[in-house]
Amino acid sequence: MPHNAKSSSHAGLNVAVLVSVGRHPLTARARRADQDARAVEMALSMSDAAVHLIHAGGNGSDNEEALRGYLGMGIGEVNLIKQSSGADVVPALINALRDTAPQLVLTGTRAETGEGSGLVPYLLAEALGWPVINGLAQVESIEQGVATVLQALPRGKRRRLRVRLPAVATVDSSAPAARQSAFGPARRGELAARACASVPDELQAQWQVQPARKRPKRLKIIKSASARDRFKAAAAKADSGSGQLLSDVSPEQGAEAIFALLKEEGVLR
Amino acid sequence: MNDIVRRDPRKEWIARNRLHPEHLEVLAEMGGGDLHSEWIGPSGLTRRNPHAVGFIGPNGIKRIDRSGAQQAATQPGSRQAQPKDTRRRVEIETPAFLVAVVPVLPGGRLSSHDRDLLGLARQLADADPERPGAVLAIVFGAHKETVFDEAGVDRLLELQGDAFSGYLPETRIAALQSVERELAPRHWLLPDSPLGGGELGRRLAVRLGERPATQVWQIEADAASETGWRCTARGAAGTSDIIRHLPRVVLALAECAEPVSETRHAAQPVELAQALPDVLGRIEDMGEVAVDPASVSLSEAEFILSAGNGVKDWDGFHHAAQVLGATEGASRVAVDDGFMPRDRQVGATGTWVSARVYVAVGISGAIQHLQGIQSCDKVVAINLDEGCDMAKRADLSVIGDAGEILAALVTRIERYREQQQENRDAA
Ligand SMILES: Cc1cc2nc3c(=O)[nH]c(=O)nc-3n(C[C@H](O)[C@H](O)[C@H](O)COP(=O)(O)OP(=O)(O)OC[C@H]3O[C@@H](n4cnc5c(N)ncnc54)[C@H](O)[C@@H]3O)c2cc1C
Repeated sequence: MPHNAKSSSHAGLNVAVLVSVGRHPLTARARRADQDARAVEMALSMSDAAVHLIHAGGNGSDNEEALRGYLGMGIGEVNLIKQSSGADVVPALINALRDTAPQLVLTGTRAETGEGSGLVPYLLAEALGWPVINGLAQVESIEQGVATVLQALPRGKRRRLRVRLPAVATVDSSAPAARQSAFGPARRGELAARACASVPDELQAQWQVQPARKRPKRLKIIKSASARDRFKAAAAKADSGSGQLLSDVSPEQGAEAIFALLKEEGVLR
Repeated sequence: MNDIVRRDPRKEWIARNRLHPEHLEVLAEMGGGDLHSEWIGPSGLTRRNPHAVGFIGPNGIKRIDRSGAQQAATQPGSRQAQPKDTRRRVEIETPAFLVAVVPVLPGGRLSSHDRDLLGLARQLADADPERPGAVLAIVFGAHKETVFDEAGVDRLLELQGDAFSGYLPETRIAALQSVERELAPRHWLLPDSPLGGGELGRRLAVRLGERPATQVWQIEADAASETGWRCTARGAAGTSDIIRHLPRVVLALAECAEPVSETRHAAQPVELAQALPDVLGRIEDMGEVAVDPASVSLSEAEFILSAGNGVKDWDGFHHAAQVLGATEGASRVAVDDGFMPRDRQVGATGTWVSARVYVAVGISGAIQHLQGIQSCDKVVAINLDEGCDMAKRADLSVIGDAGEILAALVTRIERYREQQQENRDAA
């Protein structure tokens, strides 16, 4: 990759990372959220960038512990916008972003607790009138208010995008893993709390939330009128006959047929 | 055509009993076709036509019934009823409302996720038989799908144009907004897939000012809700279920409903009255970046060239993989013999792959190997043995020596690359 973060000029680049409190999938303990930590890592890997971390939410002792996880990555302070529990954090975040006016806002793709709908970055972008891109894998360069980034696609592929700043970008688990959180810096770092009026999320209060039920496994139903067909479908090993068989052809003809299929499927580049 | 065969057990019994006085008459009557297998020649000798004996059985093999009475038809296939299309045709002339679905069409075809979603849309549309709704599918750009009718689409809106070929979410959202203005669907359904549907759906919901339900996996009728439906959605990274009223915009997971299988629909094309707006996008697509296929993990790879015991020329194989731009895989034998690293093994004890195209070179198709390629779309077999299990699984099997065919394929591809290069130079 021609990526060289050191040489590209990020001079004066102001990056805000929105961080949330995660939840360990097995122990259910509060921790730094994985995708958010990757977003912080990505921000830290940009040289010359001033990185601000913003968290909006309640601050129980659990939450504080989790937020200190981000401080342990070598960050001086996290801006903590205090919200009552069950509040809609989007208005508070919009205010905070208007105040700090960053060029780039990084977030995780979806939260590990609560609704986890992954809508926050889109809502923020719409409210601020900024473009939003998802699945950021790497920031290649930032020049004259335009960022060239790589977007992660399924199957390990990447797409290069150019986006006009300021912009919101989400990071998912295809981004580089976050560095470990060190204990000392985590203790020393500061949680700069700030109060802000909270807007209750009324719709969410009506929902009924329960632990996830196991989803039923889909049955293979064979719809056929005759018993013979149903038996054949149930007992079939490998169903032959559907494919095309080329025997007694020269290697060139065979290669031509394979080539046609590969081209038809669009896997040749 | 009447397929029912009337049998007369008494006549069959007579036909089997060569000593029965009516044996010959019954035989003539039952075999009574145009082909006579036995007759008395002019000199009084009994003549037999061996080719007229017997019939073609259901497996295409000639059977001879020693009793002489042929129970099955002489002509192959006349008794094998062609599978008839028994699906009900459904046409909805004046729908009470529309349910819009935006399928992702990976590779230009409906994925199983898209089909599930269309099944969900049918549930919403067909709930009230008195006032049926219509399912509107909105398709961007060129595609290869031909069976929208079988998947349950009543109305098909194809938005063509260069603008939809690349990654331009802003243009697509503007187009969907025009659909909203003109057709005002009651529901919007999108697949909640990592890219494509999930992203587009969130953008759309935010633009329409609707709060969507994400990761929905079940819907049920609920009179207490204002939309008449209730949905169950996954929340908190899949660890909780949220039960809520069904909103207008729904992002649903795979297997959220059964795909349509019993009906065929009109898939009637519709068009927008107004031209699509021009959007000045702030996101510019610079195209896909070439990634080294060798660095892609096997389970993620989209195009795999896999080698088995039939590969003799390993340098040729690696070269072919490089020219094709394919990720390399291997059968267990190739790995055990030390030709390929262990992390390249495909199958039950190796990696379960999900490639779109899987080319098996000299692999016999043992069940342990076939298990690993269950979810591959297209399988190509190159093998010497046309009866092997891999050839049965494959969509295309080429019988011949692996080395020669791979070499021919490499030449063909190199020629294609040169042509492309020339075209590019000319342009
Ligand atoms: C518990 C267990 C687990 C297993 N797990 C796996 C697994 O995960 N993955 C796996 O792959 N196997 C697995 N196996 C092994 C599996 O049963 C087979 O032995 C193995 O897959 C066979 O590999 P093959 O097809 O390459 O070799 P073979 O069966 O020897 O097939 C070679 C094929 O190449 C063809 N051929 C030969 N010469 C040429 C030529 N010149 N040109 C073209 N074609 C040619 C032949 O016609 C034949 O079809 C497992 C077995 C067991 C018991």
